[in-house]
Amino acid sequence: MSLIQVQDLTVSYGASTVLSGVSLHVEPGEIVTIVGPNGSGKTSLLRAIIGAVKPAKGRVIHGSGVKIGYVPQNLHIDETLPITVSRFLKLPSYVAVVDISYALMQAGVPDLAKAQLSQLSGGQFQRVLLARALIGKPDLLLLDEATQGLDQRGSASFYQQIETVRQDTGCAILMISHELHVVMSASDRVICLNGHVCCEGTPAVVASAPEYRALFGTGTGGALALYRHEHDHSHDHGDHNHDHTEAAE
Amino acid sequence: MLDDFMVRAALAGIGVAFAAAPLGCFVVWRRMAYFGDATAHAAILGVALSLAFSVSIFVGTMTVALLMALVVNVLSGRGYAMDTLLGVLAHSALAFGLVAVSFISGVRIDLMAYLFGDILAVSRLDLSIIWGGAALVVALIGWRWSALLTSTLDEDLAYASGINPKREQLVLTVALAITVAVAIKVVGVLLIAAMLIIPAAAARPLSRTPEGMAIAAGLIGMLSAIIGLRAAYVLDTPAGPSIVCVAAITFVATSILRGFRHTR
Repeated sequence: MSLIQVQDLTVSYGASTVLSGVSLHVEPGEIVTIVGPNGSGKTSLLRAIIGAVKPAKGRVIHGSGVKIGYVPQNLHIDETLPITVSRFLKLPSYVAVVDISYALMQAGVPDLAKAQLSQLSGGQFQRVLLARALIGKPDLLLLDEATQGLDQRGSASFYQQIETVRQDTGCAILMISHELHVVMSASDRVICLNGHVCCEGTPAVVASAPEYRALFGTGTGGALALYRHEHDHSHDHGDHNHDHTEAAE
Repeated sequence: MLDDFMVRAALAGIGVAFAAAPLGCFVVWRRMAYFGDATAHAAILGVALSLAFSVSIFVGTMTVALLMALVVNVLSGRGYAMDTLLGVLAHSALAFGLVAVSFISGVRIDLMAYLFGDILAVSRLDLSIIWGGAALVVALIGWRWSALLTSTLDEDLAYASGINPKREQLVLTVALAITVAVAIKVVGVLLIAAMLIIPAAAARPLSRTPEGMAIAAGLIGMLSAIIGLRAAYVLDTPAGPSIVCVAAITFVATSILRGFRHTR
């Protein structure tokens, strides 16, 4: 049984359609990574999965009893809101102290329970968000560009932590990432998104797919190509439709 | 005991501070300060309408404050920035309110009493309405506390926990309308926002958790009400503004305290 199944999902904000006809599924224990240029609908896809946006078409099916842990992009904590890490982990419902220290340990920050949230470094904050997602003992972790704002060392060690968590808990992971070298080495499956699913498969398959190369280029320059991707790349298979206004109808 | 107007005034001030503390914390955390102001300004239209249709001031101000808050909720994010929208709605409601008041013939109302409040004229009935409203607001916020806090931290985090942040926003909006309606007699339209924001802001340097901040804000607000009233009696100054002045002095004091902690 799949943990989640996204079927023919279309998401629109007003008149603009950001996702059309997206289908995907995540199986227990696997790491699936979503890559795609800015504005390709990656975040909208995750927001649809957690129920923050209503799909214009299609649906998201959660497996019965499947628990999801969500790690948002680095969120801004207003300086005027005093809150300790352990209080934050007790939102929205009560959590026993032992569970809090266990989750913090799993996330690699065992000593932060009494720290103020607004005074954490970027890397510490990201791990606290990870700890919060782990508290419910999730079957599936959703990570939305969790390493944004971290330096290379920080993000490498964050991904290492994620890998450790997966080994310990066996949970599946669905993540958005900009860091192609990490994606290509750590994922079981990669989904290349650009308003629709361009291509998907194992990292090796995706890396050699013409759609992926059109988006990210070849070789190590790929990461830079993220920001220079052109919309009129051609697909030599299937009937993908790049005309977003038409797809919205 | 309730026969003494000073006792009634103190109890009214404490009641408003009680409701304003937890609500004021959310107003500060969510950067809604101007929202409180706008709702209060709109309440003047409510005063005019209550006099015109001879219904209770509380009912009139609460209805208009609620309507105003709902309109802002619906219109926000539709092409106008929040502060523009609030500016348009609040000041037009205030202007229409003032014009409407002038149409009411035969009744000479003391507008000053609504702009600045008249805490010394609080009756037993007023007192029960203030405390009823305050208890309702505190119960409402207490009931939704965790959900409100989660939504305040991050909307997507709330959705992922099965909380609808839009609904929580509505809870705050309703609580704000009730608070404005009950506080209008105590501190008046112009100073309601002060009772929401200043105690919460003064409590910030003293607190480590959200709950701690709400409680500290409540204590600061109540003390300000008592000391402010006493000062007004001794110095013969207007009561409502005196309460706000004491709260403001507390804010300065806790800010300096924080400054000392930072330099150490």
